[in-house]
Amino acid sequence: MRARFYRFDQATSPYLYILPFFVLFGIFGLYPLGYTAWVSLHDWSLLSDEHPFVGLKNYGELLADPYFWNALRNTISIMLLSTVPQLIFAILLANMLNRKIRLQTLFRLGMLLPNVTSVVAVAVIFSQLFGRDFGLINWILETLGLGRIDWQAGTASSHIAIAVMIIWRWTGYNTLIFLAAMQAVPKDLYEAATLDGATPMQQLRRITLPMIRPTLIFTVIISTIYGMQIFAEPQVFAGSNAGALSGGNARQFQTLTLYLVENGFSKGFEFGYASAVAWVMFLIIIVFALINFVLVRRVRSAS
Amino acid sequence: MRTLSRRAGLAAVLALSLLGVVACSKDSDTGSSDEKITLNVGLFGDFGFQPLYEEFKKTHPNVEIKERIADFGAHHQNLAAHLATNSGAADIEAVELAYISQFTSQPGKFHNLLDQGAGSMESQWLPWKWQQGLSTDKKSLIGLGTDVGGMAMCYRTDLFAKAGLPTERDKVSALWPTWQEYVNVGKTYQSKAGKGAYFFEASGNMFRAMVEQGQTGVYDNSDKIIVGENPDVKKAWDLTVDAIKAGESAKLAAWTPEWTAAFGKGTFATIVCPAWMTAYIEGNAKDAAGKWDVATVPGGSGNMGGSHLVLPKQGKHPKEAYELIKFLTSSESQAAVFKKTGNFPSLPKLYDDPSITGFSKAYFNNAPIGKIFSDAAKAVQPQHMGPKTGDVMTAIGQGLGRIEQGQQQPDAAWTQVLSDVAKLQ
Repeated sequence: MRARFYRFDQATSPYLYILPFFVLFGIFGLYPLGYTAWVSLHDWSLLSDEHPFVGLKNYGELLADPYFWNALRNTISIMLLSTVPQLIFAILLANMLNRKIRLQTLFRLGMLLPNVTSVVAVAVIFSQLFGRDFGLINWILETLGLGRIDWQAGTASSHIAIAVMIIWRWTGYNTLIFLAAMQAVPKDLYEAATLDGATPMQQLRRITLPMIRPTLIFTVIISTIYGMQIFAEPQVFAGSNAGALSGGNARQFQTLTLYLVENGFSKGFEFGYASAVAWVMFLIIIVFALINFVLVRRVRSAS
Repeated sequence: MRTLSRRAGLAAVLALSLLGVVACSKDSDTGSSDEKITLNVGLFGDFGFQPLYEEFKKTHPNVEIKERIADFGAHHQNLAAHLATNSGAADIEAVELAYISQFTSQPGKFHNLLDQGAGSMESQWLPWKWQQGLSTDKKSLIGLGTDVGGMAMCYRTDLFAKAGLPTERDKVSALWPTWQEYVNVGKTYQSKAGKGAYFFEASGNMFRAMVEQGQTGVYDNSDKIIVGENPDVKKAWDLTVDAIKAGESAKLAAWTPEWTAAFGKGTFATIVCPAWMTAYIEGNAKDAAGKWDVATVPGGSGNMGGSHLVLPKQGKHPKEAYELIKFLTSSESQAAVFKKTGNFPSLPKLYDDPSITGFSKAYFNNAPIGKIFSDAAKAVQPQHMGPKTGDVMTAIGQGLGRIEQGQQQPDAAWTQVLSDVAKLQ
């Protein structure tokens, strides 16, 4: 009897231990996902009590809306402008922190500071820095004789400003992840390389990067997923006027999430339509994750 | 021993997950009149209510009042979301004119103030202000009016003097009987004021003022959007574009940090000035005291903005909440608010009250703002506002913004405005 119970315990306990996560995931992840899909098939305005079934009409309207494609373009542009420099900076910083330097712990902890700052606070401060008339950056540009830039007005300039906020906030976080991975790289590899006369740059490219590839993949995927969902930075950047959700007068920096919220929570509370946007975003993120995965596998099998 | 600790661990995990399920069922209480209750008041910006709360608490010792303030845009979006989801709204919410029709079109979401006996007070309010709080079928009243925004034109006397324009308020008023003349004065100003100086701050405000002076605005009386059909709207648009092209606009968007900062730096010389705007000018440019003055607005009077206090049905204490808004909108309260913040009363009885008409502010060069805004409020011709007036105005404002920022030519901007507002119908 006792032995039987012991076997039962052995077999089921692990599942019970992980059960709370999956229960919570089911309630807060899976169920909303499914419900959103259901809502997206209806003309579901929060302001009316009737929610007629309309099939794929919302998706049809969405794909025909030039503002949706505009938001998708903006999102991808901002994602690339922020993710690529952010990961490069993070690798270089981690590589430096991986050496024996003074005040190591201080620098390592400092890396995380931007990340623990509230995203809205970051966005507010950077919006002021990038201000047209009284911003610090324009003041510097003008002092250097380069002339002012209306950061909000242009497509490229607004994307750059938003990307800078994201880079500032996430570089340190990625640096620490890279640093953790780099510390697991056997030290004798570097010693051997140094004896063979490899420069630090060569060591980084030939030893460090290949050895931390799994971590690289992880950060690329996570940054991509985060990049697809950028919301607070462009929203605060647009200011607190009633049209903030459109991301500028010409929607020059409206991201997909802003587009979603604009339709779901401001114009007529079209939850059906907003849910369709959410699902299309979900699918796009999956596609991006798959592309990442395939690319990285290619690289791995090639080397 | 090992199995024991494992089992203990398992039990703990199960107990914790059970706890999570149990821990979320607590009913809110509905109380008698002696019981302590808390009334939440949701506002955008400072309405100058703080001292009034203290006074109210003297007669209602059981009532605690909490104020929460959000940005103008976020406030109304959140309120609409809270009403739609039936949770999260405050007991008392402020609604600005641009959004009031959106809410009067769904009176079921609010306590009907006529049931509380508000009907007997109708004659105290400006008739159109009262109407704005009524549902479409006139059977329920969702809110009591706080202030109205009779318009004037605020201007910087120092900047006018520098540009060789008259500075005395009657002479300034005489410069611009019409908006066309206002734009012409702007051209003179631009030619003399030099680089980095602008005649007005945001083209959207100027446009809004012109449209809100008309008999009809962006909606007709049957709630159809008529931006494309109403010639007054297109005329206002064209004149605004003319002013933009002449370089008169500082190209700021209202309520942004840059806009706020520009008051302090004195980069623009005039601003359309409904009574409530005086509070923002004073707050944003503290050291410009005495430099601002108030003249009449071009094109006759009109109303811009003004708010109502409404009671969402979610509120558990309609009786106390009603007593509070009745108190906050009483003539004594509205007079006190005006003197403190500049928000102008919606009760005509006060327009001949010497304490209002004789009121002036040193900040505005001792301009008799009580008299100016009384005259403006008396002259207002009410205009019908449709359910999405706020969104329509935003769409048009963005169109003007695209011209200002050089992203579009006026014709393309207008075409896009028309297609944007068509989606709002």
